[in-house]
Amino acid sequence: MPPEPGAKLLVPATTELMGWGRTAPTASDLRRPTSAVELQRALPTTSPRGLLARGLGRSYGDAAQNSGGTVIETTDVDAFTIHDSEPGSSTVLVTAEAGASIDRMLHALVPQGLFVPVTPGTRYVTVGGAIAADIHGKNHHHKGSWCQHLESLRLQLADGSVVDVGPERDPDLFWATAGGMGLTGVILEATIRCPRIGSSRLLVDTDRAPDLDSVLELMSSGDHAYDYSVAWIDLMATGKSMGRSVLTRGRFATAEEAAPKTGRDTFAYKAGVIANTPPFIPPGLLNKLSIRAFNELWFRKAPAERRDELQTIPTFFHPLDMVGGWNRIYGPGGFLQWQFVIPFGTEATLTRIIGELSKAGCTSFLAVLKSFGEGNPAPLSFPAAGWTLALDIPTGVPGLGPLLDHLDDLVAEAGGRIYLAKDSRMRAELVGTMYPRLDDWRAVRDRVDPNRVFRSDLARRLGL
Amino acid sequence: MRDALGAVQSVLVLGGNSEIAIAITERLVDLRCRTVVLAVRDPLSPVTATAADALRARGATTVEAVGFDALASESHSGVIDETFARFGDFDLVISAFGVLGDQEMFNNDPAAAAIAASTNFVGAVSSSLAVATRLRAQGHGVLMVITSVAGVRARADNFVYGSTKAGLDAFAQGLGDSLVGSGARVVVVRPGFVHTRMTEGMKPAPFAATSDKIADAVIAGFGKGREIIWAPPILALVFGLLRHLPRSLWRKVSAR
Ligand SMILES: Cc1cc2nc3c(=O)[nH]c(=O)nc-3n(C[C@H](O)[C@H](O)[C@H](O)COP(=O)(O)OP(=O)(O)OC[C@H]3O[C@@H](n4cnc5c(N)ncnc54)[C@H](O)[C@@H]3O)c2cc1C
Ligand SMILES: NC(=O)c1ccc[n+]([C@@H]2O[C@H](COP(=O)([O-])OP(=O)(O)OC[C@H]3O[C@@H](n4cnc5c(N)ncnc54)[C@H](OP(=O)(O)O)[C@@H]3O)[C@@H](O)[C@H]2O)c1
Repeated sequence: MPPEPGAKLLVPATTELMGWGRTAPTASDLRRPTSAVELQRALPTTSPRGLLARGLGRSYGDAAQNSGGTVIETTDVDAFTIHDSEPGSSTVLVTAEAGASIDRMLHALVPQGLFVPVTPGTRYVTVGGAIAADIHGKNHHHKGSWCQHLESLRLQLADGSVVDVGPERDPDLFWATAGGMGLTGVILEATIRCPRIGSSRLLVDTDRAPDLDSVLELMSSGDHAYDYSVAWIDLMATGKSMGRSVLTRGRFATAEEAAPKTGRDTFAYKAGVIANTPPFIPPGLLNKLSIRAFNELWFRKAPAERRDELQTIPTFFHPLDMVGGWNRIYGPGGFLQWQFVIPFGTEATLTRIIGELSKAGCTSFLAVLKSFGEGNPAPLSFPAAGWTLALDIPTGVPGLGPLLDHLDDLVAEAGGRIYLAKDSRMRAELVGTMYPRLDDWRAVRDRVDPNRVFRSDLARRLGL
Repeated sequence: MRDALGAVQSVLVLGGNSEIAIAITERLVDLRCRTVVLAVRDPLSPVTATAADALRARGATTVEAVGFDALASESHSGVIDETFARFGDFDLVISAFGVLGDQEMFNNDPAAAAIAASTNFVGAVSSSLAVATRLRAQGHGVLMVITSVAGVRARADNFVYGSTKAGLDAFAQGLGDSLVGSGARVVVVRPGFVHTRMTEGMKPAPFAATSDKIADAVIAGFGKGREIIWAPPILALVFGLLRHLPRSLWRKVSAR
């Protein structure tokens, strides 16, 4: 008799899991279903420490870990369908299983003249992870975040039942799942509105800004004219150069505009890994000196001002993806990402935070600065109108814990918040202040999961 | 949960009156630890109450004492299980109990030496194994075992104590290795001479330190994810040399 298809699911394999920052490993009974049918068999669960879905593990901290419980890795449940569309329609519907990655989708979408509505700085995220973190991209100021582009999503609840929800269909559950960090159920699939593009190239303008004030001014006055905008900021620069940045903004080129690069192959798309991180990294490879030198070189290399440069999708959106496993360059101690948003009008706090980071000589490669548009109805969604800054920091930096605790306080006082998908260390006490609608979210969670079947280390740590 | 920078939210201290462990715990509370359970022989003792008050004053919200006797090995599984059931996950368990004793006295009272050995080694074996079972089940957590530099090389004037710590150190390392892949970790702390109740009235050894200094070193090593923490850190170097001295020389050096 052939083995039952779900048999593999029954064999628990205790595996240590970490987030992208490689910091706080915990062990779970990890299961990797290979089909949607198998995926659904995981619920209801008898695991005393609950269950959690995991995508590609690109959240930095412990969001996709469930110590002592079950973790369902969805990455092999990754089929998607591009639906037929009206010829002139500006978007096309795509129904994707939770484990489908933006990487795989782009390989199918771009050659057909389509793109994803929102892409993060890496294309190695799954649809499930994109929904659970309600991810944002360089176009947030115009297009909002990922979940604003969903027609509907299919969710499996704790009791094993499956529901379809959307902005009009049980909106409370839909918006609690958007940014809900996997704690309302297992997302099985979603239908996404994908935009058409004119070519596979972007028309990019670059501006070098000598300090923080000038980059904020450039963004405030000019971002509305660009579909995509982000600034890379050198946090190790101090004094008069504090906050010096390189701002890159653009939009997809039309077929004609792209022709000098693409020829007749308007939607040519090649994206791959061009180098891998070597297996052994000496601890402390990234130190103050090496990072400062890198930042200096990078800033000088950027043109003071450049217009209408044609760039590929990987170069513009996913430059880090060209190096496989780059998260290991931080060595065995790992690293963390600290990302916050604070409202417009609190620029003084932004300046103060950047000043304190520069002064602390906080070893950080380039940080990313962006202005967000309005937030959405999801109570735990991160983006809100204001400035967001994200930076990677090795965990070994002396005094890092107290420094970030102090900066968290400044963020909270300014009415801002920390991004849960990136967090690996904030204090539980602050979550309610930073996410004032936490109790609304809890009410929905308690309705659909009264017994707390869905659990994660992040939820344990922050008391969600 | 333990966070990316090594800060924990809950701690169980076996031997909860230990001055070294309290100093470590105070720092953990400063960092964000909110639940502290002190496992002690007499949960109602004023020493425990004072330590608990100090921890609350620093910000811990749940500070409780539970009964625990290192010599009652048969009770350890029960006590540990009950404590985990009552308070939930522990991110860190510090095994801090121990007795120093007096070598002269042990020489004249072998039974007393056996009790010291039972406390320091046997009691640590049974309680650590009970803790390991719980940490394995929760898929995370650190067991921190306080051994001693006295266990690195036994000395003529305290070899009963030294050998219990040597045994404990080996046990803890082996336990740590056996837990690889389980999410649980073991951290071995090897202090030198520390000014605490245990060493009151004794002549300080070189590199003697206060429990505050020791705790700072432990927090630093813990944050870095060290599996073995020498406290103060210089002792790694010192004992790296001392352990290789020819025995005749070691006898002279250790006799001071
Ligand atoms: C280099 C890099 C750049 C990034 N840039 C950005 C950026 O620009 N903008 C941005 O918003 N984010 C960014 N991120 C973060 C990333 O987009 C999010 O962490 C995203 O959630 C990762 O998706 P994943 O598939 O890896 O999910 P995981 O990390 O595996 O999981 C993340 C969360 O989603 C939940 N989840 C996953 N699948 C399901 C499912 N099927 N059902 C229910 N819950 C599920 C998990 O439980 C967990 O809570 C970046 C990350 C990296 C490493
Ligand atoms: N001080 C040093 O120089 C030094 C150096 C290296 C290693 N160490 C080790 O560090 C650890 C902590 O020592 P310390 O310096 O903090 O001394 P301490 O304050 O005397 O702590 C030792 C604790 O062990 C407890 N204990 C003894 N027997 C016990 C038993 N049968 N059951 C339960 N608890 C028992 C004691 O509890 P009561 O309060 O009930 O007596 C005491 O609180 C010990 O393991 C010690 O061996 C100390």
